[in-house]
Amino acid sequence: MHRDPDGSDRVGPDAGPPRHPRFVRLDETGRTPVRFTIDGRAATALEGDTLLVALLSNGAALRRSEFGDGVRAGFCLMGACQDCWVWTSDGGRLRACSTSVADGLSIATEQPEASWPVLA
Amino acid sequence: MAGSRVIVVGAGPAGVRAAEILAEAGLAPIVINEGSRDGGQIYRRQPDNFSRPPSKLYGTEAAKATALHAAFDGLRRRVDYRPDTLAWNVTPGVLHTVHHGQTQDIPFDALIVCSGATDRLMPVKGWNLSGTYSLGAAQIALKAQAVSIGRRVAFLGTGPLLYLVASQYQAAGAEVAGVFDTSPFALRVKALPKLLARPAVLAKGLALVAKLKRAGIPVETGVTPVEIAGTPDAGVSGLVLRDRAGRVREIACDAVALGYHLRPETQLADLARCDFAFDAESRQWLPTIDADGRSSVPGVYLAGDGARILGADGAEAAGALAALAALRDLGHDVADGRIDALRRDCARMDRFRRGLVEAFPWPAANAAALPDETVVCRCEAITAGELRRVARAMGATEANRAKAFSRVGMGRCQGRYCGQAGAEIIAAAIDTPVESVGRLRGQAPVKPFSLSATPLADQKGTEQGTPA
Repeated sequence: MHRDPDGSDRVGPDAGPPRHPRFVRLDETGRTPVRFTIDGRAATALEGDTLLVALLSNGAALRRSEFGDGVRAGFCLMGACQDCWVWTSDGGRLRACSTSVADGLSIATEQPEASWPVLA
Repeated sequence: MAGSRVIVVGAGPAGVRAAEILAEAGLAPIVINEGSRDGGQIYRRQPDNFSRPPSKLYGTEAAKATALHAAFDGLRRRVDYRPDTLAWNVTPGVLHTVHHGQTQDIPFDALIVCSGATDRLMPVKGWNLSGTYSLGAAQIALKAQAVSIGRRVAFLGTGPLLYLVASQYQAAGAEVAGVFDTSPFALRVKALPKLLARPAVLAKGLALVAKLKRAGIPVETGVTPVEIAGTPDAGVSGLVLRDRAGRVREIACDAVALGYHLRPETQLADLARCDFAFDAESRQWLPTIDADGRSSVPGVYLAGDGARILGADGAEAAGALAALAALRDLGHDVADGRIDALRRDCARMDRFRRGLVEAFPWPAANAAALPDETVVCRCEAITAGELRRVARAMGATEANRAKAFSRVGMGRCQGRYCGQAGAEIIAAAIDTPVESVGRLRGQAPVKPFSLSATPLADQKGTEQGTPA
């Protein structure tokens, strides 16, 4: 139901996830901006955002499932499901729902490890 | 007894009230909190630079939330508080923790586990699409971060939280596509005698539903989920369900908040070797506790939603009661009257709990009806068909064996979100009662942490539980 602002429908195996924000800010929007990068692109979040909220206020997904069933955007937001792992540019792994966004963070949404698709 | 080493795990309603009782008795308990702030999930605190007032965050429960926060703030000098700390294992008399990459083994005389609950999930085809969140997640997004999980959110499942979170979204200005409850309305009427154990809570629940309807939000009962529609790359685009009139309809939405009431987090109780028993009413395995929260293991106490889903008020009472039981067992004088009053509170709340289970039942039959291609294990994209195959063709009729063969329950969430539904799928596939399938064993570490974690160099000062 969504399209990118540039009008492309970004559907297909190579199109990648749409880049529109998944989350909608409803309040608390007057906070200090925080600047970080997502896969090398500059992004802005707000001080006090979790990394998960920072990422999903800039895009629609956090990572690609290593089992071949599409992109993932977190699930429980309380540190129980481990669905929201992302990576720092130096290869460290972060659980986005329980990490705070910080100025200068450099986040990779592509897993540095191999993937093991099980679905056709 | 004055030097008794007592650890409380959790800083939600149960943990805070337990710590308060222990501090009053002159003990300085260690309080382990996985989160960085106290309050648990229900009274979760927003970051310091947020400015919404408690009434906006907690609604009718604002006074209780602020009272609990104030109680814990007042305790900070009298307890050894350890936020951002994961309790990842229990061995006899020792709790194993990790904090910022440093592990620590903390001996205890009494351990009070107030580990809380997570959403109880029933898979539906497409629930692995991005944009599907647990109901609890939808609430955390709003409460702790002031965001909605999508532009147009559908609420699917059953239980009081379904209505509460939907109404919080509506009040905060989010677009709510509707509330779709799998439980038929008639069950609520049937459960009324038990629900009347807490008339004020019942009245608040009815008011919530009325408010949603006044706001023009569709509220439907007795629905059967068919599919969460969408694509692997774009995520959720709709919710397909069969309504109570039998019509299959698609509701447009880009997010689904999904949950079927709650399940207790019991891994630490399991690792401590506490006995469990199958609760036929809620169809889940629960640790065995006495009226005061004593588990089957001496020195291990269980309170709050991590033991029985009594809700926040019940958790406060159960946390206090478990702490009094621990004090008594450690040789402290505890007045009978205090224990009796809390027992009466807990008994009333337990009656209400049973009413909720009756009014908003776990839809076990839906598991049996899931199409084979439905993903059961979100972590590793393993389907219902695969789980049925290992149960039928490979003889894996017990939950842990089926896990070993299929990997359902072995992924990142360690079975939290697929374990109970998985047992129902196996039971239906081989036509056996779900309790005979058993339950997934808790495994240490209860959540992943880095192999590079190292023991804290200086463990002195931690063994007596002295305040930092």
